[in-house]
Amino acid sequence: MKKLSARRRHPLAAVVVLLLALAATGGLYAAFAPAGKAQADETAQSLAIEEGKKLYTVGCASCHGTGGQGTTDGPSLVGVGSAAVDFQVGTGRMPAQQPGAQVPKKKNIYSQAEIDQLAAYIASLGAGPITPTEKQYSPEGADIAKGGELFRTNCAQCHNFTGEGGALTHGKYAPSLDGVSDKHLYEAMQTGPQNMPSFPDTTMPEKEKKDIIAYINSVNGEETPTPGGFALGGLGPVSEGLFGWIFGLGSLIAVAVWVAAHTAKAKKS
Amino acid sequence: MSSQEIPEAESLPNEQDTKHGTAVAENPFADPGLPPHKPRIQDIDERAAKRSERTVALLFTLSMLATIGFIASFVIFPVDKIIYVWPLGHVSATNLSLGLTMGLALFCIGAGAVHWARTLMSDEEMADDRHAIEATPEVKAKVMADFADGARESAIGRRPLIRNTMFGALAMVPLSGLVLLRELGPLPEKKLFHTGWSKGKQLINMNTNEPLRPEDVAVGSLTFAKPEGLEESDHEFNNKIAKDALMIVRIQPEDIKDKRELEWSHEGIVAFSKICTHVGCPISLYEQQTHHVLCPCHQSTFDLSDGARVIFGPAGHALPQLRIGVNDEGFLEALGDFSEPVGPAFWERG
Repeated sequence: MKKLSARRRHPLAAVVVLLLALAATGGLYAAFAPAGKAQADETAQSLAIEEGKKLYTVGCASCHGTGGQGTTDGPSLVGVGSAAVDFQVGTGRMPAQQPGAQVPKKKNIYSQAEIDQLAAYIASLGAGPITPTEKQYSPEGADIAKGGELFRTNCAQCHNFTGEGGALTHGKYAPSLDGVSDKHLYEAMQTGPQNMPSFPDTTMPEKEKKDIIAYINSVNGEETPTPGGFALGGLGPVSEGLFGWIFGLGSLIAVAVWVAAHTAKAKKS
Repeated sequence: MSSQEIPEAESLPNEQDTKHGTAVAENPFADPGLPPHKPRIQDIDERAAKRSERTVALLFTLSMLATIGFIASFVIFPVDKIIYVWPLGHVSATNLSLGLTMGLALFCIGAGAVHWARTLMSDEEMADDRHAIEATPEVKAKVMADFADGARESAIGRRPLIRNTMFGALAMVPLSGLVLLRELGPLPEKKLFHTGWSKGKQLINMNTNEPLRPEDVAVGSLTFAKPEGLEESDHEFNNKIAKDALMIVRIQPEDIKDKRELEWSHEGIVAFSKICTHVGCPISLYEQQTHHVLCPCHQSTFDLSDGARVIFGPAGHALPQLRIGVNDEGFLEALGDFSEPVGPAFWERG
């Protein structure tokens, strides 16, 4: 021991002590830490999180931060849940190509498996809405009339009464619901993407979301008839009035000009 | 067209004279008169006139057929029959056929009339000179004399009893109108100052018809509520909800800039009137990140994180806020009525 104490002023003594202290705490932690979860989770789930983290680092971290904590360029993703990831990436909105009033939807570049991995990673950061299963969002057997009532109360103010979308403040807008999948409709209501408010299950139960999806499919689906002929975007009196003034009155004027320009005289002069 | 070409400047007056023979030599801007009448082919050729007649008759007959088609398609097609027509898509058979046949019927009448007027009716040019608007002195004198005669014969100046009672009767008649106007309805009195909200009324979720708990309302969510006791089956529901409609959002308390708003909220849950203070449109285009509410009618914008003050547009007042709290059973309740009238301003609002 004398020998050891004699070396206590050696230049490397502090380093040695530090290393010993670190090893001791680490060892103690390993011995006493609750082992259960970390070990039992050596499964597909943790693999997905691992893969998702890699995808996140490449595609998302530049704006949302390396740990999803958010930066000045993008909000924190802690607690947004897997449903938000599935919606944002599945509709191509994320990764965003540029900052702006609103991130538009575009072609999705991730496979569903990759989206699920990303979602698993983000869900591991904090609890949030979970990606719905088909049983949750499938509008099979839902009440379309009730859905219409709910849609007009909660959604139509921004998305128009048949889901054609509409303008908001400062360049933001409520997008058209044309061709949006049932799952994405459900996730949007659940998570409230961008400036859309959310409609959580506590205030709008799952069954009512199904009714709304059924209504949207019936008024804005592929096979939805337009009894009046040209729907003109389904935007209502503005586009219809514009069409009437430009094409209706325009063709009347054109006919009048044509009639007056062609003389009925025998000798053309 | 050749006669209308601009002639050489120095020869202008003479040229005009020789051509038309009507203008005075000294006046370069003389009225040239009407151009000589030119005939149409139908005026010269009787066969062409017959052709025109047949064309007009054909158009009118087509119109008749189209009207019969209109009636037939009205009878034939069931109202909900949907057919596919390129390029319109899936359209109603009734609407399409009714529109086409009626359009054709009206167009053919118009086209026939135009063709008739252009080819067969007389197209001789005619000049109809204006006359002065003022009447001649003789006519004026006669009218004045007739009036004086009438006044003398009726003896209105000599019999003041008749004159005065007549004026009295004429003056009284509008009074009956005034009485009727008064009966048009009861005055609104204080109705515009109050809504269905009062202390202790629970906030009922419009979607589920259940009372709301504070934990139901997530940050960033949007919920609509009506006062406890108001049912959609009520006779007066539409009149009442027009004032009572409530918009509930939850904002992080530290994001609420207005002190009174925070005080009147419950842990960041704020309840505002859904009726725009401009002209009363329902207003709930809520942006959960900016906390802005936009009115779709005239683009008034309110900031829900700052006492719903107007940040854009024609609205004159902030949206009224309902003071809320939690009752013993843990449900959200109103702590009174709105402190000011909801909706647009009115005369007595002050």
